[in-house]
Amino acid sequence: MNTQSDALSESFQAQRAAPAVTSATRPMCWSVRRELSENRWIYIGQLAIAAVFLLGYLISLHHLPVMMRSLSANDPAKYREAIAAPYDAAAGVMMATLILMSLFYSADALHGERRDRSILFWKSLPVSDRTTVLAKASVVLVVLPLLTFAVTVVMQIIMLVLNSVALAANGYGVATLWRELGIFQVWGQLLYHLLTAHALWPFPIFCWVMLVSGWVRRAVLLWAALPVVAIGAIEKLFFHTAHFIEMIAIRLIGGNAPTDITHGEMMPLGPTTHLTPFKFLGSPDLWIGFLFAALFLAAAVRLRRYQGPI
Amino acid sequence: MPVIEAHGLRKAFGTTIALDGIDLRVEEGRILGLIGPNGAGKTTALNAILGLTRYQGDLKVLGREPWRQRDQLMCDVSFIADVAVLPRWARVSHLLDYVGGVHPRFDRTKAESFLAKTSIQHTRKVRELSKGMVAQLHLALVMGIDARLLVLDEPTLGLDILYRKQFYDSLLNDYYDRSRTIVVTTHQVEEVEHLLTDLMFIDRGRVVLACSMDEIESRYVEVTVNPDKVAAARALKPIRERQMLGRSILLFDRVDRQQLASLGDVRTPSIADLFVAVIGAQSMTQGAGR
Repeated sequence: MNTQSDALSESFQAQRAAPAVTSATRPMCWSVRRELSENRWIYIGQLAIAAVFLLGYLISLHHLPVMMRSLSANDPAKYREAIAAPYDAAAGVMMATLILMSLFYSADALHGERRDRSILFWKSLPVSDRTTVLAKASVVLVVLPLLTFAVTVVMQIIMLVLNSVALAANGYGVATLWRELGIFQVWGQLLYHLLTAHALWPFPIFCWVMLVSGWVRRAVLLWAALPVVAIGAIEKLFFHTAHFIEMIAIRLIGGNAPTDITHGEMMPLGPTTHLTPFKFLGSPDLWIGFLFAALFLAAAVRLRRYQGPI
Repeated sequence: MPVIEAHGLRKAFGTTIALDGIDLRVEEGRILGLIGPNGAGKTTALNAILGLTRYQGDLKVLGREPWRQRDQLMCDVSFIADVAVLPRWARVSHLLDYVGGVHPRFDRTKAESFLAKTSIQHTRKVRELSKGMVAQLHLALVMGIDARLLVLDEPTLGLDILYRKQFYDSLLNDYYDRSRTIVVTTHQVEEVEHLLTDLMFIDRGRVVLACSMDEIESRYVEVTVNPDKVAAARALKPIRERQMLGRSILLFDRVDRQQLASLGDVRTPSIADLFVAVIGAQSMTQGAGR
């Protein structure tokens, strides 16, 4: 029977031999492109938040002369701390934005196409459920962090220009600013931090939300949170601890990831930060997380096969 | 070699049986109309053919099992599920790019040349188009795909009569060549009957009638009976009788056309009349049986 069916399908193949073979990466690339055009809010949102921050920074530059006067009396180590603070804040704001965007993107990933019925169109094309789900996962894992990095870098360049102009206008040199900031080193650390602490580390959480988004009819984030809260409640009731909810919450915000060693700094960006990529990649917690991520994604792929419009 | 071949196709949703052992064979180059009342199982049958739903029984589409080999099958099969499935956020040009990107058998120039006949601009978003234009756009995308089987599930639902007519005209004139196979379901049977080559009535998950349009012509005869010959006509056991403008119109199955011609004016019934006769009679019997 099988041989017969294979022969049949082969004969159909032979009739239309020509351009049937596309490389496996092509549907993947186009699926990611689809995500980017479908979810334009991810970059519009980031740009909007960056613009608001820059506006606030521009206004705060009025206080620059006062701050510079108070600094010159103090030791030079304080200079970096004071001058770098807004740059760290910019990176911090964009990291927070990234966390929220990843969460909301995941919540809409397999829900949006069912809600607007377009899943029937996507399924009419030769793109597998696996490709579609992996494309969506790669947005959280790669695209969003890189986008956040690009926006933050552009933001900090604008801040540097504004800062330099403000310093020069008040009669201060800009060489110290550029030297103390060590901006290129900071950008390297930022890229590393975004890809590790804010993408790889919380990846299983985003995959879980994605799975739930392909499952429920509405209120994705609520349903996604429900088991976490339930497990947390049981733990609290029986053991009087809150390790599970803490673990999830800290993982979501990129905390406790063994990505680097900082000495009492809030932001892992600066000359005192020591990156520990091997420790991070060797961490069992990371790989346990990956295992869950893989399970959730496999379930999401399977679920998408069965799901139609809501 | 059949494009679609099904034996004992079954599908149940809980206790509801959507498909109750359907046998189906569609040869290459045919245009099959799958007609049935709401909830008859038409969409479920199409979903099984497209590999969108699991089923029991044997089903082969282009020699493949749809559920197991859906991804490969979609290279050779196109479908329009209904008028409102194109993503509303997408621009026309994005959709052309995307389908061109993922489909190995998409010829953009074909789709573009069809679009050029419409008033759809490339820069417009789907949400800005009227329902009729969205259907045209979807048809344009399908035109560009060199598929062997096209499945249409209520493709013109909710469109005005001009768009509906245009849709089927384009389908027949610009898309269909004799090597392509089309399966269509619709409630507007009168609009598809001139393009069908085969007909299948389906009710409560079962095939009630399956034959070619040529067979319909030779098998079914509708007679507007002369008033004095009504009794003689009824004796030939019509499958349906209706009254119109005071005259009896009787529908016969497998009764000699020559013989019927002596009773009144004979003609081939429309699909709609046949549908009411076949499905209506069945519903009545089943209703009475309850």
